[in-house]
Order: sequence, then structure tokens, then C-alpha cells
Amino acid sequence: MTPADWTAVRLTAQLAAWTTLLLLLVGTPVGWWLARTRSRLKPLWSAVVAMPIVLPPTVIGFYLLLLMGPQGPVGQLTQSLGLGRLPFTFAGLVVASVLYSMPFVVQPLQQAFEAIPARTLEAAATLRAGPFDRFFSVALPLARPGLLTAAVLGFAHTVGEFGVVLMIGGNIPGATRVLSVAIYDHVESTEFADAHRLAAAMVVFAMVVLVALYVVNRPARTDRSTAP
Amino acid sequence: MIEARLHLPRDGFTLDVALSLPERGVSALFGPSGCGKTTVLRALAGLERAAGRVALGSEVWQDDAAGAFVPTHRRALGYVIQDAALFPHLDVQRNLDYGRRRIPPALRRIEPEQIVDLLGIAHLMRRRPDTLSGGERQRVAIARALATSPRLLLMDEPLAALDAQRKAEVLPYLDRLHAELAIPVVYVSHAVDEVARLAHHLVLLDRGRVVAAGPLADMMARLDLPTARGEGAGVVLDAVVAERDAPWQLARLQVGDGDFVLWARDHGLPVGSAVRVRVLARDVSLTRAPQTGTSIGNQLAGTVEAIADDEHAALALVRVRVGVVPVVARLTRRSAFALQLAPGQPVWAHVKTVALME
Repeated sequence: MTPADWTAVRLTAQLAAWTTLLLLLVGTPVGWWLARTRSRLKPLWSAVVAMPIVLPPTVIGFYLLLLMGPQGPVGQLTQSLGLGRLPFTFAGLVVASVLYSMPFVVQPLQQAFEAIPARTLEAAATLRAGPFDRFFSVALPLARPGLLTAAVLGFAHTVGEFGVVLMIGGNIPGATRVLSVAIYDHVESTEFADAHRLAAAMVVFAMVVLVALYVVNRPARTDRSTAP
Repeated sequence: MIEARLHLPRDGFTLDVALSLPERGVSALFGPSGCGKTTVLRALAGLERAAGRVALGSEVWQDDAAGAFVPTHRRALGYVIQDAALFPHLDVQRNLDYGRRRIPPALRRIEPEQIVDLLGIAHLMRRRPDTLSGGERQRVAIARALATSPRLLLMDEPLAALDAQRKAEVLPYLDRLHAELAIPVVYVSHAVDEVARLAHHLVLLDRGRVVAAGPLADMMARLDLPTARGEGAGVVLDAVVAERDAPWQLARLQVGDGDFVLWARDHGLPVGSAVRVRVLARDVSLTRAPQTGTSIGNQLAGTVEAIADDEHAALALVRVRVGVVPVVARLTRRSAFALQLAPGQPVWAHVKTVALME
């Protein structure tokens, strides 16, 4: 592989790691809220979170570009804060990836939280645990398989994105030229051997990650205390 | 006193109760499914927000008039439900430690060893909840609640999910609970057998209202309450083992101070032990004169106090006072007519079976 390809690999890993980290921090409270809320706005927020699943990446990329561009509200905010502009930077890619991969992190977390019986959390309350205490001592440990699934899917999905990256990040080596874009470049330039190497590596990566995930989460540790 | 005034509209009925429960012993909330008894318990715990007031002695947990509401995790209570709700990610030891670690050391009045001993779970400490039997799980749940040294223990049908054998396994531990720890218990149940065995105070609920409330023995002797219907009808008596007849394996039980004596199977309790005795209405028959040549060994002279219709039109319930102690008999109305039973009339009560409960 060329040094440029290695740079793309490193950049992709960094992007996916940052995105996953931020998504777990943001997605955990969002998933918890969606799992526990009785708000009538729940369907609306669920839909907002799920949008990236159905929308073409170009649509998301397009609107993000408008929002983060020099005339967009987000762009004006970042500029007034002295952060510069986000499009065509690594930071911009991270922001876009966080939004784009959101459902893949929030949904497993939400399902994991929903699977915790209310009576288990109530038991914690009767044992003197306050709301935050209950969350960290009962909800999070019981949602661990969901947490793992969320992290793996968030990471893998970020590694695999293309359209949003192209719209927001472009193709700047060392800054925004991630693997999927590098493969596209190789194909464009008819460097099929290079394209093959990276593409095959991606297939193996995806396979290994998913098999590992299914193996780890296989013995679905259910709460048998519900059964008599 | 444990005082509660609760008001909460529910589907189909409005919960509207005023409770005043003794701060010692077991108070049972008894009623059919959906009568609101679980809701009352949840409101006492603060898990459900009803309008009103909840106070445990001088400690006010909720007072809407003063805008006070203490959240569940700041109430010194223990709560045990039907399916235990143990933490599946913690072993038994850490389930027990969960609540205990969360109270200040100064408030830890009950030692963990005492609890483990009381509930017989020492051999389970390293086990995971999903490897326990239903009865074991329930005992661990009770131990976990006790480990917080609660001032009030709330139990919501803790035996309902267990089969008869498991129930019999857990019941003695509940007896010991009362005997060894002075923690008041509010016990929700729809099983009259459990109530008769465990309760000291009884509150009957129906469709969100209190039908009647009072000491268990008085309530079980009333003919106008739902507890007088069905196979479980009968009185509960406090007695003392007065004599043990070794050759016949029988024990003489003294009820009250007078002539009320019952012979029952000797369960090995020493003379002087206090026991609770249940005499079912269906096991009591009445005659105008003392009988000879009968297999029934317990004959008691008494006076008819009240007669009431039973659920089935063929049956009647008769309350007979033996000294000051009431006994309820279930007869056919034809028999009651043939004996010309009327209040004030002397009769003999024959008790076929006596169930010892402690």
C-alpha cells in the first residue's frame, strides 16, 4: 500500500474513533430519554434520529454544508467563536459523521434501555439509589450488550460512509481523504490493484467486526427472574 | 401510626382511602385483583404519585397541603414485590450490599449476618439471581430490603408467584421476620390463607375504597365482610400451648383465660409457646346438647351471637361466643332452622380441625 493509503487508513480510524466516542456521550442520554419518556413528542424525535437511515447521504451532506458554510447559522457561530469553518476540515467530518451515524448508536442503546424492566429500576429506588445513581449502577450495566453493539455499529458505519464525507470533507489528503474516498480515487484513476487491496481490507474488517459482535452478544443474558 | 390519605383516579374507579395502620406487626391490605391495594402500596413508597398525605409516625413522606413529597430513595422503607426484581448483573452478596452501602453507617441497625441467618441464604451469597429458585430469590429480595434497616417494610404479594411448596418454604421466614425484627410490615395479598397466618391488622379494600379495617381476629369474626365468604372463612385465635399429651401426640391449646380449650396435633412446640390457631367455619358444627359417642374431641359451650346468610342460599354463618372468644360456624340454613338457632341461645360448638399457624 502507498503511504497515501496508510494516511487514509489512519485518518479513517481517527474519524471513526472520535465519532464513536462523541456518539456514545451524546447517544446514551438520547437513547435513555427515548426509552423512558412518555412525551407525545417521542415519535417526532425518534424520526429525527432515524432520518439518516432513509435519507441519501448527499441530502444530509448538502444541508450540513449549507448549515456549516460561511453563510449558515452553524458556520457563523463557529466563525464568531474563532473556530473557523467546518466544511473541508477533519472537525467538520467528525460533526457530520456524528449526525450521520446517530441512529446506529442511539437505537441499540434505546432498545437496551427499554429491555430493563421498570420494576428493576424501582427496586433500586427503594434501595436508596437516586436517579443518577440508578442510571449508573443499574441501567448502564444492564445495557452493556447494547452499549457494545452501539459502539461497534457506530464505528463500523463511520468507517463505511462515503457520500457525506465527500460532500462535507472533500478529498484532502491527511485531513479528509478517508478510505472510502481513497478507493473511489483509485477506481477513478483505474488503479484497480490499489482499489482491490483497500476494498478487500474493508470487507475483511466489516466481517471480523460483525462476527465478533455477534459472538460477544450471543448468549443473550436475559432476566430470568421474570419466569416462575 | 402509619397514616395515609390517598386519592388517585384510575381506569374504572377512583382510589380514595384513609388508612391508619399500627406501627408494629403486619398490616394486610386484602381485596380482589384490581381493588387498588398495589396502588396504595406504591403510593406509600412514593413510586406512584397519589394526592394526599403519607406519614410514618412523626416522619412525613408526603403532604400535598404543605407541598412536601419525599422521593422514594429518601424514604426509609423496604419494598418486596412478587417477582423479586433482583439485579441480574450482581450476585446475591452484592444485591444485599446494594441498599446497605447507600445508607449512613449510623442508620445500619440490622447486621447483615443477622439478615442472612434469618432468611437462611448464607449458602447462596456467591450465586447469580438467575441460578436461584423462586423461593430463594424471594428470600434474597426480602434480605436485600431488610439490609437497609427500613423503618417500614412494604410487601406486594411476595408469595403470589410461588407454588404451594415454595410458599411453605418462605412462610416460616416471614413469621421469624416479625418475631425477631420490630419492623412494621404492610402486606398486600389476595390470599386469605396468607393473611390469616401473617397479619395482625387487616384492611379490606374493594374498588379503591376501604370496606372495613381492624385487628385481624375481630375482622375474621365478622359475618358481613368478604372474608366470611368462601372456603377460607373462619376465625383466627391466639392461644398458648398448655399441655402436651405425649402418648396421643396431641397438644392442649388454651385460648384466652376461660374454658376455651382446643386439642390439636402436637407439632413439638414447648409448653408455654404462643401459637396462632385458625378454626375454619366449615370445620365447626353446632348442637343443642353436648354430644357423646362422637369422634370430635373439641366441644365448647357457647352462646349464639349472630346469624347471617352465606354466599350460597343453602348456607348460613353463625357466630358463637365461647366465653369472650368468637367462633364462626358454617351450617346449612335447614340445620339452623331445625336447631331453632337465635341470638342469645346456648349451643355446643364442635371443632373438627384446628390449624396451627406458628
